[in-house]
Amino acid sequence: MPVTFFEWVFFLLQQYGLLFAKGAVVTLLLAVSGTVIGCVIGLFVGILQTIPLYPDDSIVKRSFYKCLRAILAAYVELFRGTPMIVQAMVVYYGSMQVYNIDMSPLFAGFLVVSVNTGAYMAETVRGGIISIDVGQQEAAKAIGMNHFQLMSCVILPQALRNIMPQIGNNLIINIKDTSVLNVISVTELYFLSKSAAGTYYRYFEVFFITCAIYFIMTFAVSRFLLWIEKRMDGPDNYSLVPYDPLADPCGPFAPKKGGN
Amino acid sequence: MEENKVGVMKPQKVLSIKNLVKYFGKRKILKDISFDVFQGDVICIIGASGSGKSTMLRCINQLEMLTSGEIIYDGRNVVAERDNLTQYRTKVGMVFQQFNLFNNMTVLENCMVGLVKVLKQDKAVARRTALHFLEKVGMAQYINAKPHQLSGGQKQRVAIARALAIQPQVLLMDEPTSALDTQMVGEVLAVMRSLAKEGLTMLIVTHEIAFARDVASRIIYVEDGVIVEDNTSEDIFNHPRDARTKAFLSRVTNSN
Repeated sequence: MPVTFFEWVFFLLQQYGLLFAKGAVVTLLLAVSGTVIGCVIGLFVGILQTIPLYPDDSIVKRSFYKCLRAILAAYVELFRGTPMIVQAMVVYYGSMQVYNIDMSPLFAGFLVVSVNTGAYMAETVRGGIISIDVGQQEAAKAIGMNHFQLMSCVILPQALRNIMPQIGNNLIINIKDTSVLNVISVTELYFLSKSAAGTYYRYFEVFFITCAIYFIMTFAVSRFLLWIEKRMDGPDNYSLVPYDPLADPCGPFAPKKGGN
Repeated sequence: MEENKVGVMKPQKVLSIKNLVKYFGKRKILKDISFDVFQGDVICIIGASGSGKSTMLRCINQLEMLTSGEIIYDGRNVVAERDNLTQYRTKVGMVFQQFNLFNNMTVLENCMVGLVKVLKQDKAVARRTALHFLEKVGMAQYINAKPHQLSGGQKQRVAIARALAIQPQVLLMDEPTSALDTQMVGEVLAVMRSLAKEGLTMLIVTHEIAFARDVASRIIYVEDGVIVEDNTSEDIFNHPRDARTKAFLSRVTNSN
């Protein structure tokens, strides 16, 4: 039997290496898919909450949006305002007891992480949208764009860029916080570590390894997101393009007739 | 699109603003503004800060909703017909004091996006049109630059090219040089001057009195939300009829 700390660590890695790897994969899968779906939910909710309403819009349209917004606001408040560990219990056992749906713990976990992240992302997206100065919206309107076009071409690309750090935050939080899903027996990293630790009663050594794995995952993810942000920003400099008027024989109104 | 020959034909009425009233809350900003814009007009709107000049321009483009009044374009009241709003806006371009370029796009994309997305043009065609107008404002070399890499004057010239690219019938300019330092003001004014020479119909809110005197075919003097005087540049500067116009002009020309 191993004696020193490092011997134990080495031994446990040999014994449970595959288990740790499996747990890490499940954790990462849950966190990434939950964050992605959460972002999509957040994007929709955030956009729906920032659609402008005008006093001369029809009463039907206005009351429809008002109802929708109330529901969305309730969703955000509810899921932001309760702990994920409790949500997991309610969703997993509730669905079984009340609706007789026997979903796998993994799916229940995925659902909880997504919906939870969505609630946070909704507010983040809303913040991202209102952080883009109104001037650009006005300029987009002034060249005839409708709300959908100005959102998809001008506002959202910039808003998404601006909220990238927050998306990264959420992803990292999710990697760590999926550990609470052990209460519904999702076989993620923490759950498997606990069972591994129990076999030899080596809690410190096992959770030292678990700790290292969590850190490696979050650190890698944070570096990866920084790289994505850099890519989104594009090149720092630009090259001048020599302009040859002879290569551009069309007058201002020529294009209306179509190509050459 | 018909050729614009000022003086050959009787100029056609492009825009007609009738009894425009605008409240911000309880404050009445514009009090019954009415005037017509004819093809080829270069109208400079002058007046003290806070007199409602910018609001007037923004109302014409419907960025501000009018409290009451009509804007007649092409025989139709565009205020009542909200459905055609985006179509109307492609006919009435706007240049802003703060440029408002789309920061996520290059110079070329800024000028192309309206053509591709709004007018549904082919990308190659849109690119040529955009290049044509960028060349006109002297920015064709910078097509790959992002807005944050440009100086103020360059940004404003791109903004002008962007507005021109969709080939509006009227160009509204809301203090296009007010956010620029003196050196850059010159390059933007030069572009505006050449556009005026080409016969583009423009409505310019400006504090550049010398420029207005030089370029405008008509001057509208606004004070406290009313049009005090609307006359040819020649008459306004040499024989102002209203005492208020006289006072304003002497104030701004002395300080210059």
